[in-house]
Amino acid sequence: MDFLSNLVNGISLGSIYAVIALGYTMVYGIAKMLNFAHGDIIMVGAYVCFYAVYHFGLPGWAGVLLAMLLCLILGVAVERLAYRPLRRADSLAVLITAIGVSYFLENTAQLVFGANNVFFPNLFEAEPIRLFDGRLVISVVTLASIGICMAVMVILTLFIEKTKLGKAMRAVSEDKDAARLMGISVDRTISVTFAIGSALAALAGVLLCSAIPSLSPMTGSMPGIKAFTAAVFGGIGSIPGALLGGLLLGVIEVMGKAYISTQLSDAIVFLVLIIVLLVRPTGILGKKVQEKV
Amino acid sequence: MALLEVDQINVFYGSIRAVKNVSFRVDEGEIITLIGANGAGKTTILQTVSGLLSSASGSIVFDGKDITRMNAHRIVGLGLAQVPEGRRIFQQMTVEENLEMGAYTQPKGSIAINKEKVFSHFPRLAERRRQVGGTLSGGEQQMLAMGRAMMSQPKLLMLDEPSMGLAPILVEEIFTIISELHQSGTTILLVEQNARMALSIADRGYVLETGKIVKTDAASVLLKDDDVQKAYLGG
Repeated sequence: MDFLSNLVNGISLGSIYAVIALGYTMVYGIAKMLNFAHGDIIMVGAYVCFYAVYHFGLPGWAGVLLAMLLCLILGVAVERLAYRPLRRADSLAVLITAIGVSYFLENTAQLVFGANNVFFPNLFEAEPIRLFDGRLVISVVTLASIGICMAVMVILTLFIEKTKLGKAMRAVSEDKDAARLMGISVDRTISVTFAIGSALAALAGVLLCSAIPSLSPMTGSMPGIKAFTAAVFGGIGSIPGALLGGLLLGVIEVMGKAYISTQLSDAIVFLVLIIVLLVRPTGILGKKVQEKV
Repeated sequence: MALLEVDQINVFYGSIRAVKNVSFRVDEGEIITLIGANGAGKTTILQTVSGLLSSASGSIVFDGKDITRMNAHRIVGLGLAQVPEGRRIFQQMTVEENLEMGAYTQPKGSIAINKEKVFSHFPRLAERRRQVGGTLSGGEQQMLAMGRAMMSQPKLLMLDEPSMGLAPILVEEIFTIISELHQSGTTILLVEQNARMALSIADRGYVLETGKIVKTDAASVLLKDDDVQKAYLGG
């Protein structure tokens, strides 16, 4: 029963990674850049929700929506101010700028929210679910993470496949100049991508902090790197890849903690990544792409 | 009346001037061709007109509007479409999705009608409507690229090397369709290395050499011109 419980927890953690990984993978697919500040958006989202719910008394769902909205604005602003001026610049310059934005967000958060951890109360207060005569206990956050992740995947896939804007995103990701000749604004499409990715990061931040449950300006850093790893693992640029990579990473991490070593679990995660990339350099579902960063 | 008036444009790649003081005009209802060797600047000129590249000086006026500094994605909506060199269709999207992208600037209601119009010009695309672009043959991809551009109902259609890499029989077919499109009221600016084919359907032609226009005349005159025959018609 321990195994089953670990598996469920792994899938749940992996679901959160997958939702974060979507932001990396979509931005990479469309803007062809690695947005290393993406992880810190998670942290900003969690703080917004924390203050909205526990200081201003908003209901949980409103806190989540507010966090998503503010992070959406933040993501679009970061793209407009920091990345867009570098659209024609060397990819290394963009990468370093992204790292700079990441430090900027972390340090600003320290200034505004303080450097200490705060206790992030669980947004989902309901009783955990007990199965098999109470031998398997699943918290509501765990289930919610899995459910929300699956819903996000379905909605996003439908959006990309069926809507005009989603198709424009695919067109831009394939061939920017050809897309411009169709009348598609590449800048606007990239803004939409950042908006979606950042709103999802806020959602993931709330789920993550509800599960952990603590919050500090560095909260987004490690999950950000793990989600990036998940995106690469599954094949960066691919939405199903983000899901698969996220789930595998979450399960490996939780299983590693449970059966091998708590201290080594992160090392195990990255070891698996290295092995996968040695065998399949484009990730599990990745297609051959010209590498830019 | 001039539909497109290009006046004294200069285009640079870094410090290299690829297009030097080029001026030309396309009148409504014409087929105009730019001919010249590889690297003469033909593609650069088209990309500058469509807004993918920008001119350092001079002006480009389309349908009475100055588009010299306009963004590429805005120019399409004015009625100027480009079929790029190498077709550049969206390989991972279906034929229908490619056509929908071509209609990006168009009102939703017109898409179905225009799609049928494209399918009537290119019946082969209708058969393959759910097929992914990358799986089409070269000729079909060229048809798709042309059909995609037609979806925006352009007043002026610019075609960049539509015959490139195609078997002679397909080249004939593509040129027949270009004539059809012209007869149905579309003005055409055609860039071609296959100068004989291009001049045979064009009204007027411009001859480009290393970024400069060196000659212009009626297409029938250029076809008989000694220099043109020697340089581009293998005669």
